[in-house]
Amino acid sequence: MPVPVPAIELKNITKTFGPIVANKDVCLSAFRGEILALLGENGSGKTTLMNMIAGIYYPDAGQIFIDGQEVVIASPKDAFRYKIGMIHQHFKLVDVFSAAENIVLGLQESERFDLAKVNEKVRTISETYGFEIDPTKKIYEMSVSEKQTVEIIKVLYRGADILILDEPTAVLTPQETRKLFAVLRRMRDAGKAVIIITHKLHEVLALSDKVAVLRKGVYIGTVLTKDTNENELTEMMVGKKVSLNIDRAEPKDPQDRLTVKDLDAVSREGIKVLDDVSFVARSGEILGIAGIAGSGQRELLEAIAGLQKVGSGSIIYHDPKTGVDEDLRNKTPLEIRDLGVRLSFVPEDRLGMGLVGDMDIADNMMLRSYTKGHSVFLERKSPKTLAEQIIKQLEVVTPGVSTPVRRLSGGNVQKILVGREIAAAPTVFMAAYPVRGLDINSSYMIYNLLNAQKESGVAVIFVGEDLDVLLELCDRIMVIGSGRITGIVDARTATKEEIGLLMTKSEHIEGLHEEGGAKHE
Amino acid sequence: MSEAKDNSTQKLHEPLLHIVKRAGISRPKAWLIRLLAILLALVLNALIIYWLTGLNPIAVYKTMIDGSFSTKRKFWVLLQNTAMLLCIALAVTPAFKMRFWNLGAEGQVLIGALSSGALMFYIGDKLPSGVLILLMLVCALISGIIWAGIPALFKARFGTNETLFTLMMNYVAIQLVNTMIAVWVPSGSGVLGIMNSKTNTGWLPTIFGQKYAINIIVVAVLTVFMFIYLKYSKHGYEIAVVGESENTARYIGINVRKVVIRTAALSGCIAGLAGFLLMAGSAHTVSSTIAGGNGFTAVLVSWLAKFNPFVMVLTSALIEFLQKGAGEIAQAFRLSNDIADIATGIILFFIIGSEFFINYRVIFRHKAHKEGK
Repeated sequence: MPVPVPAIELKNITKTFGPIVANKDVCLSAFRGEILALLGENGSGKTTLMNMIAGIYYPDAGQIFIDGQEVVIASPKDAFRYKIGMIHQHFKLVDVFSAAENIVLGLQESERFDLAKVNEKVRTISETYGFEIDPTKKIYEMSVSEKQTVEIIKVLYRGADILILDEPTAVLTPQETRKLFAVLRRMRDAGKAVIIITHKLHEVLALSDKVAVLRKGVYIGTVLTKDTNENELTEMMVGKKVSLNIDRAEPKDPQDRLTVKDLDAVSREGIKVLDDVSFVARSGEILGIAGIAGSGQRELLEAIAGLQKVGSGSIIYHDPKTGVDEDLRNKTPLEIRDLGVRLSFVPEDRLGMGLVGDMDIADNMMLRSYTKGHSVFLERKSPKTLAEQIIKQLEVVTPGVSTPVRRLSGGNVQKILVGREIAAAPTVFMAAYPVRGLDINSSYMIYNLLNAQKESGVAVIFVGEDLDVLLELCDRIMVIGSGRITGIVDARTATKEEIGLLMTKSEHIEGLHEEGGAKHE
Repeated sequence: MSEAKDNSTQKLHEPLLHIVKRAGISRPKAWLIRLLAILLALVLNALIIYWLTGLNPIAVYKTMIDGSFSTKRKFWVLLQNTAMLLCIALAVTPAFKMRFWNLGAEGQVLIGALSSGALMFYIGDKLPSGVLILLMLVCALISGIIWAGIPALFKARFGTNETLFTLMMNYVAIQLVNTMIAVWVPSGSGVLGIMNSKTNTGWLPTIFGQKYAINIIVVAVLTVFMFIYLKYSKHGYEIAVVGESENTARYIGINVRKVVIRTAALSGCIAGLAGFLLMAGSAHTVSSTIAGGNGFTAVLVSWLAKFNPFVMVLTSALIEFLQKGAGEIAQAFRLSNDIADIATGIILFFIIGSEFFINYRVIFRHKAHKEGK
């Protein structure tokens, strides 16, 4: 048998965005009938690389070969011509269209458009690969996993035989992930080249045939999955093996700090986003919140911070100094601050909500404090001092305090934000996905900061996505599903499977290891 | 990499050039690019002028400079016009910084001029000039605030689109002016003429022997004020935060509605002031074209200067200079105004276009290949 030619081969691909080198001299090949996992930390350039194959970016230098022929992919149309299909992390679907309509959208077929025929073809594809999909269902009625299925069928319908999936499991439950993997294996067996981008090691080991690793935009190497193990891959990915190893102390003298009771909230679109949520956050402990993305985590934190209108229910803050209880329900952030409630909040959207991207670090420090004093003018001295302090303490990599935060890398942006929120000396500290997109070292710094807050007696609420981290870092984990609390478990005894099960449960039942605090009355 | 392989695959549809964002650019280099752009524009203009008219481009350029600098009076007119354009640009700037696209400065100026003109018309000689001027000023400011405040209120309350709303308010103002003139001028000529030309009540006094001196001083003070307001005041900070990200503003507890209305009102207020200065300081009459499109040119002035009031002094002077020069060329060589407009258009196009080359680098095909090796 002749040496097989790779379905797609990249040679010395380089791509820069201003000062940031996203990919440097990356070489990579993927073969038909094989699943290649592209592994790397967040920000290591995996998505950028794949976007160049999909025609979204154009490489600064390097070559791309399809079946041994050098090609130029200058647009998604070119990618489509070479039968490359990419399933992006953020779905690109039209909500009010049906699955089938989305699938054929943008196709230029010469024959007349026949929806019945399309539906039929979609069903055939579904059967071949084992999808469960109703072609006539509208996108807005679909779950995240169904939407993903539509995206996959969309590229298959177009005849793609090189498939790229960008972090497909990020939004899925463990059960849905298993289903997806079965589908991907069937595609491999049908002779397609499958590339899956991920940073989750166990998925790589479970699914792929080969693993290619990127670190900080540089190609490290490709190994056969059967010849490798978690340790080796971690080492390739981050350089040296690191473990979470957080010194989780028992909560010291926990006091009820925030009591949320029977909280309801409706989104702007009129959909119920919080449904009868009740829980207690205590001082000196970390309360983790787990759940599939978009299950109401954001709304819950924003409701507490005064950014989300709520219906019925109450959010009682127990002031540790005065002992007075204040209801924060439907108060504005300013009113909450005026009550003397020291609430810090690290929102999910750092540059869109927590910080102002075009402002420099010092001016971003001022966001929380600029109203102080009666002068009509700004006082820029102390924010600048604070900025310098945070840069030093949290090892922020920046040219200086007057650099716009947009120019910093994700990890440094987050350090600035977390640093500012901690500097406010909070009694309640809320963080939503604080390590998303951060490299391992920055992530650990954030975990340690959260842990330090807890030890100094702050009530920490931590919304996370990595269950392993939640289990190692938190004291209790509250699971939220479709806006309802499906359980509160002890993080020291709970298992990943338990939490996974709770994440998919839509009806409320008492948690498996439910503790006293959040009982339903 | 083997060079031979490269040659065998030359039939690629690689794009001839592609564009890469710059990491940042030093200030001298940025100004060099701008200067180069102006030079290129001048050369291109010279070619076009020669090709279309056969005139000596150098002579044409000299005439252009004469348009603003040949006599003392022309120079003062340049200053006055620059001041007025700058004043209106200062008006739109805080709104633009907040990403509130106030395209209604034209109307806000008109309504300011109209309301102060109404006082001149109805009260005229019944009050001492000083009192009348004060009344006119207050009226102009308030009417400007109302004219910008209505779209802002609707935006804050109902989320209406301020671009369309402010634009439409211009037409309301124009028609209002035409209606009032029809009422005030019984002859039906539609021309109001200079008001109080005998008594000069409601006219700003002449100082330093210069009619326009007060206007220029007021706008100079306003420029400094606006720079400080935007850069060093808490209001300015709020404007920047709301403009950058409304979510961040909400998150830190800024009352976004209040800031939107307050800033739009400030914007309208300054436009109203421009109307007052036109009425009391220079034109002493009102017509629907009194603002002369400066409400829109001001948008260009503000953007070109990236909302920096001090740079706006330069950009407004440049635009006035070009306009004056264009007029002078048309007159001196008995050309149609269109040629002059083409010339100014090309210069502005190059200046704006140069910003692209300041932000991006263009890489050509073979250069990219060489870099890749």
